[in-house]
Amino acid sequence: MDLAACPAGARRRGGAPVKTAAWPREETEAERMLVVDPDRDAIADFIVRDLPSRLRAGDLLVVNDAATLPGSLQGEATDGVPVEVRLLGPAEDGVWTAALLGEGNWRWRTEDRPAPPRLGPGSVLAFPGPANPIPDGSPLHATVVGVSEVSPRLVRLVFDREGDALWAAVYRGGRPVQYSYVRAPLALWHVQTAYASRPWAAEPPSAGRPLTWRILLEARRRGVGLAAVTHAAGLSSTGEPALDAALPLPERFDIPAETVEAVARTRATGGRVVAVGTTVVRALEGAAESGEGRLAAGEGRTSLRIGPAFRPRVVDGLLTGVHQPGESHFELLQAFAPEPLLRRALAHAEAAGYLAHEFGDSCLILPRSV
Amino acid sequence: MQMDGRVALVTGGSRGLGAALGHALAREGARVVLVARGAPELAKVVDAIRAEGGQAHGFVADVGVKEDIHRIAGAAAALAGPIDLLVHNASTLGPTPLRLLLDTECEDLAGVLDVNLMGPFRLTRAIVGGMVLRGRGLVLQVTSDASVNGYPTWGAYGVSKAALDHLGRVWAAELEGTGVRVLTVDPGEMDTAMHAAAVPEADRAALADPAAVARQIVEIVRAAEDLPSGARIEAARWTSPRARPALAGAGARP
Repeated sequence: MDLAACPAGARRRGGAPVKTAAWPREETEAERMLVVDPDRDAIADFIVRDLPSRLRAGDLLVVNDAATLPGSLQGEATDGVPVEVRLLGPAEDGVWTAALLGEGNWRWRTEDRPAPPRLGPGSVLAFPGPANPIPDGSPLHATVVGVSEVSPRLVRLVFDREGDALWAAVYRGGRPVQYSYVRAPLALWHVQTAYASRPWAAEPPSAGRPLTWRILLEARRRGVGLAAVTHAAGLSSTGEPALDAALPLPERFDIPAETVEAVARTRATGGRVVAVGTTVVRALEGAAESGEGRLAAGEGRTSLRIGPAFRPRVVDGLLTGVHQPGESHFELLQAFAPEPLLRRALAHAEAAGYLAHEFGDSCLILPRSV
Repeated sequence: MQMDGRVALVTGGSRGLGAALGHALAREGARVVLVARGAPELAKVVDAIRAEGGQAHGFVADVGVKEDIHRIAGAAAALAGPIDLLVHNASTLGPTPLRLLLDTECEDLAGVLDVNLMGPFRLTRAIVGGMVLRGRGLVLQVTSDASVNGYPTWGAYGVSKAALDHLGRVWAAELEGTGVRVLTVDPGEMDTAMHAAAVPEADRAALADPAAVARQIVEIVRAAEDLPSGARIEAARWTSPRARPALAGAGARP
């Protein structure tokens, strides 16, 4: 598929009706924010700059401080067949989980790309792109050490170097994961939030993308707390139905003690916890789940699937993108607002020209009072 | 700021003051990430710090190149963790021998601003948001007395450092109350390759040892909470507020 066949507004997942933002916008504060109020069974149009005024003194805004990795590496199998590796960070004991994609480039929809070659344990991938100048400039290589039962495209990899040399190769040769609906290649700065810190995310934790420091500091001036978790936001799509159906895969998270304390303080004083993004919901609820209701500080891994029947224990409301039926995100939203209201909100978003996907408009699901 | 167990990112880390700061901060127990353009020189400094038992990493990049900024921020955090201390030490004189403004090409001034001003701005911008979120952090900018004195032939460099000084003041004002501080330090004249390029005829015996200046800057870092954010400090004339109790608090914020 060439660029001309991928115009702004291309439909990506299952012919959904909401238009797509095809490039990061410059004035993110002016992007639209649909406010969904389950208490009043109401929806209303705002812009992102209005976020602080929609919250109350004593509320806590929790963001995901994961930076987005340049985790897309163009490599080749030993027979020269091209393979794109998409790293799912962070590595554990030097072993990376990665999704493999076949021939093609960012202009192709993932579902249109041919399958990558089947690579068993012991298979070697070479990455002939810009290599690390320390110590000898040799191209990066990786060896497959495991293949997932979910899909042969999901593998475990070990690189031929570590530490300084590995990160030099990744940051020199890797790019952020690209999207076929986006107008041009995305650079690393396009996919970072204003507070990105730890490079754990395979794809951007995009709900926080429109938040400027003016907005965040304005919220703080109004008495809204600000706290962070780190969540290794995973891949949105790999192009393989079996693997896509298994998304989101279990993902790593880390909750600082300061955030646990901030949540407890908020709870004790009647404030509400508002998550910026579904990754924050998954981290906080996943941590509470493994702590049997108690939120504890530290690292963990969650494969929690959140849907209509889920009763959130930590998070009361969330800022997210415009999500559509059929996406796992839409399922998750139903834990916070009833499906009929969400469908009405989506119909309004469609009619009012809201934009969807990574660079799209926002949706604030307000906390319920009970 | 006590540096034990903290993460420091130092640009221009392969020689001179940057390399000395790498050693001095590692001795304080910091995990140090050094950035420089030259891989072999950088690897030598990293190896030397490790040989002393310090924790050091190297990342080859050019702070004057826009594409390298998020690479530096990301790789440093991947290697050592979120950054607590960011030291903007890398800088360039522009073409040497230094020349009159009348003889300075516009492109050469722009090139100096890219490294000495845009680089620190971009890198601070990529890193300071995370510091604000964590409620702590220190950005330390290395300046020069050429930023306050109009020395002939030091125009491009002096202009870039004057702008850097002011950048520090505005950062400090905007970050007031966030727990993140910004200091600008003039290290004075040191016996470095850069000084030799600028003033080849200088009497090296009269120049400060970068290692001694680095130790002094570490003292400034230790005392950062007692210093007014946005201050411009001359390292050679500075004494710790803790070492002169009569004056303690004189420059501190109310």
